[in-house]
Amino acid sequence: MSQSPSPRDRLGVAALRGLNRVSRASGRGSGTVIGGRVGLAISPHLLVSLAQGRTSILVSGTNGKTTTTALVAAGWGGDVVTNDTGSNMPAGHVAALAGSTSPRVALEVDEAWLGAVMSEVDPRVVVLLNLSRDQLDRASEVRQLAERWRGVLGDADDRVVVANANDPLVVYAASDARNVRWCDVPTPWQADAQSCPRCTLALERADGSWYCSCGFAKPTAITTSLRNGLVIAGEHYEMRLALPGAFNEANAAMALTALAAVDVDVHEALARIEAVTAVAGRFTQRRWNGRTLRLLLAKNPAGFDALLSTVEPDGRDVWIAINARIADGHDPSWLYDVPFEKLRGHLVWCLGERRLDLATRLDYAGVEFRVVDDVDELPGAERPVDLFANYTAFSEWLARSVPC
Amino acid sequence: MLTIANLVPDLLGTYGDGGNALVLAQRARARGEETLLVSMALNDELPDASIYLLGGGEDGPQRLACDVLARSSLASRARDGATVVAVCAGLQILGTTFCVEGDDRYAGLGLCDVTTARGSIRSVGELRVRVGERLLVGFENHGGRTTLGDGVLPFGRVEHGRGNDGVYDGFRAGTLWATYAHGPVLAQNPWFADAVLSSVLGYELEPLDSVADLLYEERCRAIRS
Ligand SMILES: [Zn+2]
Repeated sequence: MSQSPSPRDRLGVAALRGLNRVSRASGRGSGTVIGGRVGLAISPHLLVSLAQGRTSILVSGTNGKTTTTALVAAGWGGDVVTNDTGSNMPAGHVAALAGSTSPRVALEVDEAWLGAVMSEVDPRVVVLLNLSRDQLDRASEVRQLAERWRGVLGDADDRVVVANANDPLVVYAASDARNVRWCDVPTPWQADAQSCPRCTLALERADGSWYCSCGFAKPTAITTSLRNGLVIAGEHYEMRLALPGAFNEANAAMALTALAAVDVDVHEALARIEAVTAVAGRFTQRRWNGRTLRLLLAKNPAGFDALLSTVEPDGRDVWIAINARIADGHDPSWLYDVPFEKLRGHLVWCLGERRLDLATRLDYAGVEFRVVDDVDELPGAERPVDLFANYTAFSEWLARSVPC
Repeated sequence: MLTIANLVPDLLGTYGDGGNALVLAQRARARGEETLLVSMALNDELPDASIYLLGGGEDGPQRLACDVLARSSLASRARDGATVVAVCAGLQILGTTFCVEGDDRYAGLGLCDVTTARGSIRSVGELRVRVGERLLVGFENHGGRTTLGDGVLPFGRVEHGRGNDGVYDGFRAGTLWATYAHGPVLAQNPWFADAVLSSVLGYELEPLDSVADLLYEERCRAIRS
């Protein structure tokens, strides 16, 4: 039963709504994070009362959080509260929830915050996409993260955990949860789970499965991705996504599995998900200085690898922008874990604050490159340009370009 | 034939450490050396190589890597003159003891008189080390405090960051090279890569102009002492 909010909670919400209005009016972003921080400062457990009485789905993992959360929201249909501004920590959640009274909530959650947010929001469904190395100089190392997830996922009986059966670290994290719906979805990146998360021996892989001599193995899935379709609980669905890439098929399959767990009609949800063409500026075509850009957010090896596979092998120029600010991680050593060798035969234009790190990496990969100190040096292009950028570089290019 | 072996990268390869092996191979090839780059997986025998590379890893994988390498012929090959370049967790494994999972002490390969205890803080950030005329620039992320025994020389003196103990970074002992600057430290410091290659090939290498020199200069300017 939902309790009425305390005077302190009401004050927190009022303060944050006021701040959000002011910052929107002054044109300085949506201001949600600042508003959320003020709200939490006044009432530290504001998230508990804001989430109470609503049906929440949380989405976490290294790659695909933003897209999958957007697919959950779109597939649910109608008015869904979601933190679509990219702020995926409690201040962003508080701000999103204070902005709407809709009973349906889809929240993207930073991997390190999942436990804290779960205990406050008490979600009906938690979606665990994947775990791989990302910004290691500031985030926890991936195995520690999997261990922490495992510690918080065993709590509630009525909670559904939708988890990727092809990611051994995710399987380990969800192995104590009571109600898991395993998803057999495309997960090409295996470099971070070569050794068993339970006992550290080498994992064996064969015929799309994996196992360890200690008994830890791929669980039986309820959802299975197929070429142009999927099966959920024995029922087959055709699927033609507008979004590109196998990784988006995985995101969609997990979003649908989560929606099925809160009794949304899968056929109807699928039709709404198929119609999604862009998420937070990603996968969209943009215009900049007479050129058409396909803007791709690539901020870690697994994400980069998946996106490199979508580059047409026709020798077209590729632009890549790399920064190393706080949001990107200060250490760009992960560039050596990205299989840039796939770009041999393309000319790559190196942009961003760490363009020399990128150019050196490409040089050792045998990929032809040019270092661009000023964006005015970039060549004209008749065809759309694939522009890969990590987090803050992506934001810069989004701001610099306009929608087609 | 120059063979360069990357050791158990599935356990020790957390920070793009595989880049170090790639850099050595490509810079040797650019000098006309026929070079083979191999990788030793968890269940493989130790390959026959002139240079062995050890990267960084988390506690569990570090312990397992140490077990695997202790059973291999790495120690005897190193004593017979094979070169070993180790970074981060790899540096700790070469010594006599290191700490994992709290303060549990674990026996290393014992190739030199070097011990690592759990440091009071984790060291995360840019590292700048004076090595003679040169600078070593890179990034460190570790929780160790490393002490060198008699006869083991530090690789260099720390000008920014922490290294072994806030004063020195890494060590040199015979054919062993070790630093806390994790992978791909050889990409950021082409002189370091060439020093290793030169020591193995036995001759002075011709300079190799490449974008890596620009990267080195830029990082030396960016990381202030
Ligand atoms: Zn096992």
